Amino acid sequence: MKKLAFIGLAAALALPATVSAQAPKKGGTLVYAISAETPTYDCSATDTYAGLHFLAPFYSTLLKFDLANYPKVMGDLAESWTVSEDKKTYSFKLRRNVTWHDGSPFSSADIKATYDRLRNPPTGVVSTRRATFADIASIDTPDPATVVFKLSAVNPAMLEHFASPWNCVYSAAKLKDDPTFPTKQVMGTGAYKFVEHVKGSHVSGVKNDKYFLPDRPYLDGFKGVFILQPAAMLNALQGGQVMAEFRSVSPAERDRLVQGMGDKLRIEESSWTLNILIAFNTEKKPFDDVRVRRALSLAIDRWGGSVGLSRTSTLRQVGGLIRPGSPIATPEADLVKFPGFGKDIAANRAEARKLLAEAGVPNLKFELVNRTIAQPYTPAGIYVVDQWRQIGVEVQHKQLETSPYLAALNAGNYEVAIDFSNLFMDEPSLALAKYVSFDKAPENRSRAIDRELDSLYEKQNRSTSDAERVGFIRQFEARMLNQAYQVPLLWWHRIVPTNKVVMGWQMSPSHNLGQDLVNVWLNQ
Amino acid sequence: MTATAPLVTYTLPKRRHPVFAFAVAQPLGAIAFVVIVVMIGAGVFAPQVAPYDPVALDFGAMLAPPSFEHWFGTDAFGRDIFSRVIHGARTALTIGFLSSFVGCTLGAALGVASAYFGGRIDLVTQGFVDVVLSFPLIVLALVVVAMLGKFVVAGVDLNLIVAIAIPILPKVERVIRAAALSVREMPYIDAARAAGYSNMRIIFRHMAPNVAAPYLIMLTAYIAQAILLEASLSFLGLGVTEPTPAWGLMLSGNASDFYREAPWMILFPGLAISFAVFAFNLFGDSLRDWFDPRFKV
Repeated sequence: MKKLAFIGLAAALALPATVSAQAPKKGGTLVYAISAETPTYDCSATDTYAGLHFLAPFYSTLLKFDLANYPKVMGDLAESWTVSEDKKTYSFKLRRNVTWHDGSPFSSADIKATYDRLRNPPTGVVSTRRATFADIASIDTPDPATVVFKLSAVNPAMLEHFASPWNCVYSAAKLKDDPTFPTKQVMGTGAYKFVEHVKGSHVSGVKNDKYFLPDRPYLDGFKGVFILQPAAMLNALQGGQVMAEFRSVSPAERDRLVQGMGDKLRIEESSWTLNILIAFNTEKKPFDDVRVRRALSLAIDRWGGSVGLSRTSTLRQVGGLIRPGSPIATPEADLVKFPGFGKDIAANRAEARKLLAEAGVPNLKFELVNRTIAQPYTPAGIYVVDQWRQIGVEVQHKQLETSPYLAALNAGNYEVAIDFSNLFMDEPSLALAKYVSFDKAPENRSRAIDRELDSLYEKQNRSTSDAERVGFIRQFEARMLNQAYQVPLLWWHRIVPTNKVVMGWQMSPSHNLGQDLVNVWLNQ
Repeated sequence: MTATAPLVTYTLPKRRHPVFAFAVAQPLGAIAFVVIVVMIGAGVFAPQVAPYDPVALDFGAMLAPPSFEHWFGTDAFGRDIFSRVIHGARTALTIGFLSSFVGCTLGAALGVASAYFGGRIDLVTQGFVDVVLSFPLIVLALVVVAMLGKFVVAGVDLNLIVAIAIPILPKVERVIRAAALSVREMPYIDAARAAGYSNMRIIFRHMAPNVAAPYLIMLTAYIAQAILLEASLSFLGLGVTEPTPAWGLMLSGNASDFYREAPWMILFPGLAISFAVFAFNLFGDSLRDWFDPRFKV
């Protein structure tokens, strides 16, 4: 099958590259803000950026994304690779000059142990990417510098999955002694060695002198400071206490920084592989009724909201299930045909009222569960509550801290929830995985079982023709948005502020990528 | 002949209406009372008084400065700030009054009981009160609200009321206990005991009414504290949730992003909090002076 090589090319070209003609300088310590503290040291067990902004500098992965040519992938621990004709065998040649931070040599056994743990976690180990690697039938290590993955079925996204920033490679010897060691220790082959983690304060790392790339890293070390309050982060950036915040700031925060820092500040913007979703819990009445779900989606003026919310929040683009702007995203002409995406909001709301009346809930009341994180969850909550009031629906907006929020979502203790889709690439197999049936995808917050969606997902995942695959993706999206189990509100817009002394960091549409800090240097 | 004693007529002084008498004796308290009445009126009749729906978004009027159309301007969602301040009075007064009532009533009951029984019960109660008093008001409320989470009934977060009432309780208990200790030594209490009245009857029928004055004063004064606490907790994201109009909440969120270009977003809710707290404190002080005979000399 031809790879969807065109994915993201336009987006990549649109990205402002932080490439400097200057020769990189060595030395210095990068200090950056992290707006949340990692819940775990184990990359396999989490999917929050808070984990990566903390852990990525300490670890290597088999492949990684080439951010200058996003979404192409490049080798990290792998020096080169080949894919068999039938697309079922992936052979990687590994770098030979790699050592662990404790001095022991790296080999293919480490890759095998890491991926075995990911696809088949032992008792007591959490792997949130178990389903992702379910197609791996076997992993062979013919020699210390070669690893061969054999798949049970063709998976067009497998190479990108090997480049996932979450697949931190762990030492086989350490895992053999204790499969849970990554939850207790930070020990990788990355550009920086772990120094300390002071809870509530910071994480720090020091240059790995034995890093496998020549002359890297440039920095002597780094310090990630946990600053949870946006106002405090802005003050720290303006005052020079931190040099960057790599997730994102809001447009208003950007304007304040620009005003306060002038030419000392660099702002880079991009569309973002993140969206806000509204999830209707189909296990609760009346949200098991497609008319109710569709009515609530119809009531939302996404196009108007995009204009207003983009001025005050990180929400911006209207889109379907694939990031708008990416080459396989549904064109606007097709998107407006889906319920809730049409531009005639008066007609949409008239239909919504009619559907609610038909469903027997003309005066619907429910509770909307949301996170307490200001950007962009609070504006999203305020907006949808207002939109639903306009069709006579009364909503109690309940905002919870991240832990109780995730606990409520995992346990199904909600009627309607503000959820999100956090991706690191536009690959449909990843982007659509959240919407397949709940028994296959626990992260599906609608908790719906829809075998038609499952079938379409499987077909696009196994398709060997680009055109055919895009067709299945369109059918999947149409089914999903018409059934309205989970509906996108708006896609996010990423705005990253860095002090101009920070060089070599590469902007991308995902805040999960490019945080290994290998190429970062300070111009001071 | 009999001598007739000259007829002496006494004219009783004309009694002023107590409200008028209070206004003359405590003019500042009277002004504060008027402010409170206005706030209560605004809260009760908010839907009639407010010119706009307080939660309706209008992106066409985002961050509009004060004008004839929007007296207090609009916020980052185009919501009318005047309408939100008016509706915010409802939130502030509901939570303020209920929290103060719960805290003061439980504190008063505990204080009277502690004074009446004395001995070991008093010792244990005072030990508990000492422990609770050692925590600053806001810290204790933060802990309670973080532990309890939210429990919303009819749009009012009952756990928030409990979180605000708990820090009030020991302060009131201590004051009421002091007043009740002197009441306990009164002969009529001994007489009630001798008559065989139950402890409950003595506490609630004979002691509680005699500590009503300090109770009422504290009830009023702690409404101000509760309003301030509610505003603080909402500001910290632990109180009322968006899009409910609440003064403290109006100072947080987007207000911190836009206060430079739209200072009215923080000015008017800030003034509302200040006026409310000032009015209740002033009224509470005046009430204390009015009830206390030592201040009438």
